[in-house]
Amino acid sequence: MTVLEQPGSSRNKSSLAGPPPTWRPRVDPAPLLPDEEPYRLLGTDAAARLDSGLLTRLYTQLVRGRRYNAQATALTRQGRLAVYPSSTGQEACEVAAALALEERDWLFPSYRDTLAAVARGLDPVQALTLLRGDWHNGYDPHEHRIAPLCTPLATQLPHAVGLAHAARLKGDEVVALAMVGDGGTSEGDFHEALNFAAVWQAPVVFLVQNNGFAISVPLAKQTAAPSLAHKAVGYGMPGRLVDGNDAPAMHEVLTEAVERARRGGGPTLVEAVTYRIEAHTNADDATRYRSDAEVETWRAHDPIALLEHELAARDLLTDAFVGATRDGAEELAADLRERMNADPELDPMDLFTDVFAEQTSQLRAQAALLRAELDAEANGHTEEAAGAEGSAEEARP
Amino acid sequence: MTTTAAPATARKPATMAQALTRALRDAMADDPSVHVMGEDVGALGGVFRVTDGLAKEFGEDRCTDTALAEAGILGTAVGMAMYGLRPVVEMQFDAFAYPAFEQLISHVARMRNRTRGALTMPLTIRIPYGGGIGGVEHHSDSSEAYYLATPGLQVVTPATVEDAYGLLRAAIASDDPVVFLEPKRLYWSKADWSPDAPTEVAPLGRAAVRRRGSSATLITYGPSLPVCMEAAEAAVAEGWDLEVVDLRSLMPFDDDTVCASVRRTGRAVVVHESNGFGGPGGEIAARITERCFHHLEAPVLRVAGFDIPYPPPMLERHHLPGVDRILDTVARLQWESDWTEGRGE
Ligand SMILES: Cc1ncc(C[n+]2csc(CCOP(=O)(O)OP(=O)(O)O)c2C)c(N)n1
Repeated sequence: MTVLEQPGSSRNKSSLAGPPPTWRPRVDPAPLLPDEEPYRLLGTDAAARLDSGLLTRLYTQLVRGRRYNAQATALTRQGRLAVYPSSTGQEACEVAAALALEERDWLFPSYRDTLAAVARGLDPVQALTLLRGDWHNGYDPHEHRIAPLCTPLATQLPHAVGLAHAARLKGDEVVALAMVGDGGTSEGDFHEALNFAAVWQAPVVFLVQNNGFAISVPLAKQTAAPSLAHKAVGYGMPGRLVDGNDAPAMHEVLTEAVERARRGGGPTLVEAVTYRIEAHTNADDATRYRSDAEVETWRAHDPIALLEHELAARDLLTDAFVGATRDGAEELAADLRERMNADPELDPMDLFTDVFAEQTSQLRAQAALLRAELDAEANGHTEEAAGAEGSAEEARP
Repeated sequence: MTTTAAPATARKPATMAQALTRALRDAMADDPSVHVMGEDVGALGGVFRVTDGLAKEFGEDRCTDTALAEAGILGTAVGMAMYGLRPVVEMQFDAFAYPAFEQLISHVARMRNRTRGALTMPLTIRIPYGGGIGGVEHHSDSSEAYYLATPGLQVVTPATVEDAYGLLRAAIASDDPVVFLEPKRLYWSKADWSPDAPTEVAPLGRAAVRRRGSSATLITYGPSLPVCMEAAEAAVAEGWDLEVVDLRSLMPFDDDTVCASVRRTGRAVVVHESNGFGGPGGEIAARITERCFHHLEAPVLRVAGFDIPYPPPMLERHHLPGVDRILDTVARLQWESDWTEGRGE
């Protein structure tokens, strides 16, 4: 007996069938649904309409980004960097995120998104402060309008919504683009951020880089949704599915979403389908959860190679251009290497600055204690430590 | 108070992480209702490899890679516990347990009480905590004070390889929730330990005297125990004999062992790396003062981390209580002795 044949099923109560009288869908879901296939431009006829200037700009940034990733990874091996989560393979997403924004807009990166920050103009060394460990955040967020690289997953997304909302309340046409990984989409903050953004029609673009894994956990264990882009529909915003290794496609989709947000059209969720070629970080052992063969299939879909194909077809991939691009990337790497090889100058007394706008008496006492310890350390442990206890005492209320 | 029976088989070096793995494995083998769940606990074996091999041995239904959602992990564990399972939840790092606070504080901690014992929460929440490993922001918090401020939670933290095994077994066996704080900088600390010998389950709520002494008591737990032991050894050269008490369990709190020690020595210093203001040391000092006031020869002092957000790795050594800071504080107990004279007081 099927459910419909059971006594009491709706078939036997036809007068009660159908939706409740006042129900209607609040918005038509059809226009919000993502494409069935990730959107691509490279390798399709539509690539012909792409501007050559844009392609060479994207290419330059991709090559620089890859070189940056390689150099940063090398710095972890030399102990100059505590840890580095490489975005090799995902450069097209990083670069497109930066280039889709205007200067007045804000970027909310996750911890893997150093490249997006650098492509937006951030000093490559400042971008690595968090990962080197000299300070939590190495730059002034206002300078390039880049929020601090965020470590707790998805927590930056509601911030992006709030900032974009505030800008609109003030009458500024500012858009926030917030980046998150596939794993991060499972966090409550992701869902709450999307919901607020849609209800407020906030000018936000959410970019999910679906690189296949959250450390070791594959997407299939992360979500049962048809795609991450489909999640948009439930909140009432459009979802776009893009080939994350196709730089012009990424750029086009993000630019459209940014412009739509700026016009008051509300938020968009963009899912970039890409792959993390390196391990999660240099400290991770990726062989425990994925095969080399899988990595190879993605290497064959490399974002730089895909773009080179189009550039070659236009006779733009000249030796001169490739050489100049490579030289520029080498310069970037050499500068990074050199500046990262110098020990950062740190003052331990900075521990007590910027905890509060106004120093508390407790922190003053603790600062005095550390000052005395540092002096004692410098003077090879003499009377100083004992003297400082006095000053620590005096600083107490 | 010792916890391990004399081992029948040879003892060999084992790390704290290995002892924890063994405890999980034995608990799962002994009791089919024990389930391990969390981010990356399956194929990867956890980022610290504490769950290594469990998915292979017990299947993915008993050692489950969850979606990346701490509130979801703990919230579903609550439901599983309601249905008779004993979930052992892994939070990947101290600061990443914060999304689960709502579940922990609003439900896990008070389910027994609000249902008058009809629903219990026999679940264990394993959290690697504390600094000293050069972790970037959000990877080094000492969050014990938050848990201690919540009635209904047991808070346990091992400092030795043997305790890692014994206390984790006890936590999993407990019919009430345990926040099991694993000092991550001790994961790779080694001790001669026999994983093959029957190891007794350590009772929760009993402190251990790790070093006998007569001059003063250092009261500590978790990552600060080895630092205190080193400080106590260094103090010997100056003619001072420090007793070291390892609390092992912050809740239930072993007033008896702590008070007996302080009454013997007359002086106490509490050492922990979480911030001092509002930190566990304040509670411990107050308890000692209430119970041992007439035995005290000096105020109870505290050596703690500074009252600042956990600093970046390159500066953390200045923040963490070290041997010198402990010895300087011990000196402030104002003994009339060579020790203080030697230090120019
Ligand atoms: C709230 C929170 N929980 C756990 C972690 C630990 N963690 C760091 S990265 C990571 C995986 C993230 O995967 P994903 O969101 O897909 O981003 P990807 O690393 O692939 O860029 C985890 C679990 C964290 N940073 N924050």
